[in-house]
Amino acid sequence: MTAPVAVSLTVNGERIDAQVLPRLNLADFLREHLGLTGTHVGCEHGVCGACTVRVDGDIVRACLLLAVQTHNASVETIEGLSDSGEVADLQAAFCNRNALQCGYCTPGMLMAAQDLLRQNAAPDRAQIREHLSGNYCRCTGYHAIIDAVEATALARRGEQP
Amino acid sequence: MNDGVEQTRGLSVLDRPNSYIGKTVPRPNLDRLMQGRGLYVSDMTLPRMVHVVFLRSPHAHAKILNIDSVAAKAMPGVIAVVTGRELADVITPWIGVLTHLKGLKSAPQHAIAIDRVCWQGEAVAAIVATSRALAEDAAEQMSVDYEELTPVTNMRTALDAETPVIHPDLGDNLAFERNLDAGAIDKAFADSDEVVEAEFVFGRHTGVTLEPRAVLADWNAGEARLTIYQGTQAPHMVQNISAKHLGLEEAQVRVVCKDVGGSFGIKVHIYADEMATYALSKLLRRPVKFVADRVESFSTDIHARDHVCKGRIGVNKDGTITGFEIDDLTGIGPYSMYPRTSAIEANQVVNLVGGPYTTPNYRARTRVVFQNKNVTCQYRGVGHPIACSITEVLVDLAARAIGMDPIEIRRRNLVADDAYPCASPSGMKFEALSHHASIDRLLSIMDYDALRAEQAELRKQGIYRGIGIASFVEVTNPAAAFYGVGGARISSQDGVTVRLDATGSVVCQTSITEQGQGSESLTAQIVGSVLGVSMSRVRVILGDTDNTPYGGGTWASRGAGIGGEAALQSAKALRKNILDVAAAILQAKPGDLDIVENSVVDLVGGQQRIEMHELARIVYFRPDTLPPGFQAELMATRHFVPREYPFAFTNGVQASWLEVDPNTGFITLLKHWVVEDCGTIINPQLVDEQIRGGVVQGLGAALYEHCIYDERGQLTNANMADYLVPMSGEMPDISIGHVVSPTMESELGAKGAGEAGTAGAAACVANAVNDALAPFGATVTEIPLTPRLILTALGTI
Repeated sequence: MTAPVAVSLTVNGERIDAQVLPRLNLADFLREHLGLTGTHVGCEHGVCGACTVRVDGDIVRACLLLAVQTHNASVETIEGLSDSGEVADLQAAFCNRNALQCGYCTPGMLMAAQDLLRQNAAPDRAQIREHLSGNYCRCTGYHAIIDAVEATALARRGEQP
Repeated sequence: MNDGVEQTRGLSVLDRPNSYIGKTVPRPNLDRLMQGRGLYVSDMTLPRMVHVVFLRSPHAHAKILNIDSVAAKAMPGVIAVVTGRELADVITPWIGVLTHLKGLKSAPQHAIAIDRVCWQGEAVAAIVATSRALAEDAAEQMSVDYEELTPVTNMRTALDAETPVIHPDLGDNLAFERNLDAGAIDKAFADSDEVVEAEFVFGRHTGVTLEPRAVLADWNAGEARLTIYQGTQAPHMVQNISAKHLGLEEAQVRVVCKDVGGSFGIKVHIYADEMATYALSKLLRRPVKFVADRVESFSTDIHARDHVCKGRIGVNKDGTITGFEIDDLTGIGPYSMYPRTSAIEANQVVNLVGGPYTTPNYRARTRVVFQNKNVTCQYRGVGHPIACSITEVLVDLAARAIGMDPIEIRRRNLVADDAYPCASPSGMKFEALSHHASIDRLLSIMDYDALRAEQAELRKQGIYRGIGIASFVEVTNPAAAFYGVGGARISSQDGVTVRLDATGSVVCQTSITEQGQGSESLTAQIVGSVLGVSMSRVRVILGDTDNTPYGGGTWASRGAGIGGEAALQSAKALRKNILDVAAAILQAKPGDLDIVENSVVDLVGGQQRIEMHELARIVYFRPDTLPPGFQAELMATRHFVPREYPFAFTNGVQASWLEVDPNTGFITLLKHWVVEDCGTIINPQLVDEQIRGGVVQGLGAALYEHCIYDERGQLTNANMADYLVPMSGEMPDISIGHVVSPTMESELGAKGAGEAGTAGAAACVANAVNDALAPFGATVTEIPLTPRLILTALGTI
């Protein structure tokens, strides 16, 4: 039960083979084994959303998933989405709107916002607020984040704000 | 001769061509944070680094009879298990008092408890291992024998004779008391048409920084030097305190502060577990890292508020407020926090109640008592949310007693905008405030009359909405009056060094710190504007005691007002030096030259004369071509501290529009407005977002946030699922307006903006709830305003 287990997965498109303890959660695996510290740990019990990553296309709480559960899975983190350019426009909108202060929630917030925009090209403010409700931000008061996501959705639809 | 004389074509240094002042420009370095490439302390690793986990007391008050660490020491990966007694050989205890808070007392506190624990969560042993997980495994093998003592948990009975005294050497559980009697309150109340009173209850809550407290201490025995990587708002304070208690010279300690995952006052203190981590590194001669987990955050990060206050207001039928009286009580835990003390919040309540109003009659008492709960201390807004709520709810109750509109009673009693400078009954000196202009601005952006009409219409349909108004003052830009005069080595001045490098770019080193407020941005905006250099060419270094001037840091809404002015003055000095060099190169007079868009130009006509990078090249690589005896100085340092006023007061007014469901007690926030006067605005977007973030923290306190202790001193909701914070779904959009009354204390004219949102949010929400409940004759004067509280007020439960 406590011996390391072999796992193979892709992280941001890169093949990873590792030996992990069964109790190791995905957030700690990404941060401590792979050095991907953009996935943040805020509460370690699935409430705050700072550790949000994408596993096989769905956003999950990396603190609630064990690394061994990602065997054969495709994991994407904020570093991957940044390097691929997938969220470049969303990041630019966050910058223009000052939708981050300390930045600790921001990687998870961007993952959640991108998830919404992939599902719904034209969310209204209430829908944006609802979708981001699992991601705590203690700095901004959320208003600027909602603005940035709304502006990105408009731009992706080719509309003017 | 006009050599060296600043000529600005009639404009101030802030109002030059291409000035960044007053403009929304994006903060530098956001890409790093957005790409997950920031560097928070929790991300850091060092060679030979080990992790410390603290075994914490399950009891609120108990004697430690025995600590058995034999089994823990045998666990895999364990480097050391250290008790308080062992660590006391490395680090000395402290007492959190300040001399200007007369009579404030506290007991010696150790980095790790010795003999006795005084709150649930106090550390009793440190377990150091090669990973955090292994240290936690070993912690489970620790065995501690306790003898439980009676916990003091109810602040209302803390001073009763039959209540045990937590620290017998202190004689009683009273940490601090302050009394103030200004004017003639008894006569004023006796002569008033109405005297209204209420008891206010403010729940304990805490900051919930999304990154928990984190510290990595690295004692290098070869250098005899300690490097502390810590998410702190005040690096020089950490340097001073750690050196003092480890028996080191300050020069032997370097404090480095990289990215910080939220602070809000939580990270402006020095905690016992942080002291223990510094000491463990020295003891073990290797890097030791401590990152609090969320349970530890809730049980050891400072809590705040936890006040019970009786308030009275006198009012005449014409709307004249005749006086305020308060009797305040607060429980601060078993120790006064170090080094800022736990009496400041209560002191601020006394200072600030009634602050916006003209009445000279004011009596106040506050008592600060010990209890066996986690310590309380300064959290965003320090005292303001309490003082503002007491004042503004009393004003509304007075208005209701005489049948006057809440806006009208404020109109009749707020200090007139042309009455400054003046002082409050508690002695606060106000330089230039704008309460009336702020209300004018508020009414225009919220369309008050239309909302009142809508409210009346909806009431007919059984929909209960309320409007709440709260005027406020906010202490900002504190001079030495806060801490320095009380003997704390917490700097009230800040410094900035500005240097033109060899490529014509600018490097600024500032003693203020960044936790997302925009300290880097405002520094670069000011320096770029004054120098005539593009912001993209200005790099700001902060958060490193080895590499910045000495200063206070970022807290108490002081970064822009104090650090910003130091930036302005240092940039002016460098600008003069650059023009001296340019004049020498160009055989011109400095006063005939200007710097615009990275080039020295003719002041008249704007003809480009020499680019900055060319000037720098000559200075650094061909100084032989400069006139004999001329020494260029392309680096300048200036410091600033306000001297005339102990504090610069920001002021303003907030309004809330909300709906209360009388069946469920649920409150739905619909809209929130803030008008703020923080003087000169350096970056409007940053100011607005500070306000919005502050408002939402205040709304959290008003509606959700509560550290709930049981009668045994057990914190019952120390996790994020049970301790509720505002989420995006419940929060309203927040509209913001400004009035601008610059402070004359500085050339910049900026006052603080970081805490006003928190100061007034709960007050206007409480007033809005009471307005919504008016048809039921119900009032609430307690926060958080839970559904249970609302239903109780309605008599439903």
